[in-house]
Amino acid sequence: MKVKDLVKKADLSVLVEGDLDVDVEGAYVSDLLSDVMANTEAGGVWITIQTHTNIVAIATLNELAAIVISSGKEPADETLERAREEGVNVLGSADPSFEVAGKLYKLGIKG
Amino acid sequence: MPVFRADLHVHTVLSPCGDMEQSPRAVVKAAKNKGITLLGIADHNASENVPACVEAARRAGSVTVIPAVEVASVEEVHILGLFPNPADLGAMQGKIHQRLGDDKNVPEKFGYQVIVDHRDNVLGFNDRFLLAATDMDVDTAVRYIREYGGFAVAAHVDRPAFSMTSQLGFVPPAPTFDAIEVSRFADPGEYVDLGYAVIRSSDAHLPGEVGAAYTELELEEPTYDELIMALRGEGGRKVVGYSPTIKVMA
Repeated sequence: MKVKDLVKKADLSVLVEGDLDVDVEGAYVSDLLSDVMANTEAGGVWITIQTHTNIVAIATLNELAAIVISSGKEPADETLERAREEGVNVLGSADPSFEVAGKLYKLGIKG
Repeated sequence: MPVFRADLHVHTVLSPCGDMEQSPRAVVKAAKNKGITLLGIADHNASENVPACVEAARRAGSVTVIPAVEVASVEEVHILGLFPNPADLGAMQGKIHQRLGDDKNVPEKFGYQVIVDHRDNVLGFNDRFLLAATDMDVDTAVRYIREYGGFAVAAHVDRPAFSMTSQLGFVPPAPTFDAIEVSRFADPGEYVDLGYAVIRSSDAHLPGEVGAAYTELELEEPTYDELIMALRGEGGRKVVGYSPTIKVMA
């Protein structure tokens, strides 16, 4: 499944469009960036309520397919700008992390 | 230029996690015994005990209190705000009150938040839930600390909880903060590449911990202004050393 399929099927908004044709290899939910850094791999989708610019750095470092910002949290302009510069897909959902994770799981994305 | 020891992160009985022995007189006495000249009093999201500590230090002599507060950002990153005087700290405190939730402390679960005078008499209790996070993100908290005339330090960046590293993955290079703080367990030398002045403090919650970690600074005299000059590397004032690094088993 590609990021663009995820956007459509899980009803996500696209806050920053990088490359939506990237394949999704898995997903992870966490709000501690130290934990995300240690436990995600390339192609992963990361669901979080964090909006600090550091999320973009973590996503590029671990080559994540996309960040999904849950609970309708709005990232600061600086975060969005950094994501645009780095070509990181930033998606949004009004749903809390648990619901977003549930939708992804139903779509066949496992761990 | 003489060298002074600074422990800029010490809690009092106002912090719910602070020991009941951590009174202004006990804190000042412990600092004096450990040779700490500059003593930062920093409670969680509150600062009512700063005036008592200032007065207790004045009476004890040889210790200068740096008015401070440990702000919890919305990401639960702890940030120290050091201030030149209690009035400027008070302005920042007003902002923290606005941005902290209305939840009440439950002393039986989280600990008492005691407000005292310089003779350690109990004046009352802070009833807000001080262990809560404010709704300010890190950048906003730093902006307010600076706006109210303070100096913003990323607290205990090496620690596995409530630090930039644990909550937000890493410390961005300068100038996100004005300085960064490490605990007694980290080598300050490992952090210099980030472009910040590095301090080491005890984060003491008990009198026995006051001065357990400190920064050594070359200053003309032990004042807030001289301290900030040293942390900015101005006028020949500078950080010259630290208390020893404690090696812990992994």
